[in-house]
Amino acid sequence: MAEVFRLDKVSKTYQNDGKEFEALRDVSLSIEEGQIYGIIGMSGAGKSTLVRTLNRLEDVTGGSVSFLGQDLSKLNAKQIRKIRQQIAMIFQSFNLLGQRTVLSNVEQPLRIAKMPRAKRREKALEMLKIVGLSEKQNEYPARLSGGQRQRVAIARALAADPKVLLCDEATSALDPKMTGEILDLLKQINQERKLTIVIITHEMSVVEKICDRVAIIDNGELAEEGEVKEIFENPSSEAARKLVFPSNPFDPSGEDKRLIRLVFDGLSASRPFIAQLVEQTGKKVNILSANTKSVGGIGYGQMVLELPDDKEDQEQIISFFKNGGLNVQEVKKA
Amino acid sequence: MSSYIVDAIRMGIIETLEMTVFASILAYVGGLPLGILLYATAKDRILSNKPVNLVLGLLVNICRSLPFLILLVLLIPFTRFVTGSSIGTTASIVPLTVGAIPIVARMVESSLSEVSPGIIEAANSMGASPFYIILHFILPEAMPSLLLGGAINVATVLGYSAMAGVIGGGGLGAIALQYGYYRYQKDVLWTTVTILVLLVMVIQEGGNVIVKKVRK
Repeated sequence: MAEVFRLDKVSKTYQNDGKEFEALRDVSLSIEEGQIYGIIGMSGAGKSTLVRTLNRLEDVTGGSVSFLGQDLSKLNAKQIRKIRQQIAMIFQSFNLLGQRTVLSNVEQPLRIAKMPRAKRREKALEMLKIVGLSEKQNEYPARLSGGQRQRVAIARALAADPKVLLCDEATSALDPKMTGEILDLLKQINQERKLTIVIITHEMSVVEKICDRVAIIDNGELAEEGEVKEIFENPSSEAARKLVFPSNPFDPSGEDKRLIRLVFDGLSASRPFIAQLVEQTGKKVNILSANTKSVGGIGYGQMVLELPDDKEDQEQIISFFKNGGLNVQEVKKA
Repeated sequence: MSSYIVDAIRMGIIETLEMTVFASILAYVGGLPLGILLYATAKDRILSNKPVNLVLGLLVNICRSLPFLILLVLLIPFTRFVTGSSIGTTASIVPLTVGAIPIVARMVESSLSEVSPGIIEAANSMGASPFYIILHFILPEAMPSLLLGGAINVATVLGYSAMAGVIGGGGLGAIALQYGYYRYQKDVLWTTVTILVLLVMVIQEGGNVIVKKVRK
């Protein structure tokens, strides 16, 4: 797989009224062709700045960003504009031209690429078909719903056949149903067109739903990076843990009690292992939280259990789960 | 009212409209690019350039702070140089244009500033050049606001054109001054004033109707 983006120790410091603000610090990562790459972090973590270094809407103050082997900082204004035609972007606020029809909005990048009129109309109509909005071609964005506007933005982004699509909080202004639809559309585009997609979000559910890999940005630094599955199963950084279980008021109810977290995949998720535990060992556990969700297309679940006081009981329960092939983790006290 | 005064008023309406239309067009020919430059060279904008912005801003502010009546007098040599005369309708167009350019420029600048930065960021992310962004993103998005500003500007120019009567310009202003003020003919004064008020209202309402049609 070819490497689309390589970030090498990227830093960004803003100068504001003589005060310095470090938005990014030594972020290194690599995004490969065909991936859906998530960049997640709390608001203010620096992820929006990070995505803007990928098309040099923001200049870096340290390190380097390369796109298909080209160091972006070495390009002049004209060259960077050429590169940007290959890196499409969609936004939280859609940023469509309100005074132009849907069709004319989608044609915009093709006009910039100086495609002849008839050809660009044909291409724009094809794109609207992909996002399922052919019948809205002569409407104005003000008459569309948020989800439809984002579809138009996606059609516009794809029109010039970019190599990458950057999504900056593209679903954050949408309700859960529309978010789901937009994510499905992105996944479909990723698979059909082999388009590399970079998704910036503050919602773990977005990453779980469609991303292959994820980078967790915390306070301008890369906290953790890897396959979504791995990070979900075994979050090693504090920032990752916060995102995997967002509200974590799991405090043991007694001094000697222990909390464990079970992570199970599609297979073990269907087994009645709590019932088996009680049946086979006679030990009781307290379920504090449980849910299942689809991570990268596979059903994943997690459950937080409180174990009884007795140390031996605790070990017995843990080994029962481990022998059953479940991933058992200690939940550290907050 | 004697018939020659009615004829004069009729002539005056035509002259006023002539001055207003030509001065407005010329003011936009000069003021629109100036307004775009003021907008684009400001801090954090697409062609950000501090010295250029400072100089242009200063120039516009100086011109705008001069009372129009003073500008009329100051510009007499320039008017004579351009049109060959300093009195009459054609001559009035020169100071009207010069006086309206900075007003138009500021109005254009403020209309363009209303365009959401997100639109400009989207344009940048598509690889559009600054010139393209102004032409195909900023100006179309600002169009309703530009037209509304246009109506206000044309009405202002119309008001200024009446002042040109003081130094020998034509139009309704001159009639109001000569017959209404110097000859104490109150009926002429009120008639011309009423016509001016009506003209301003027509321009403003016309502008509003067009904007309503244009805004999506």
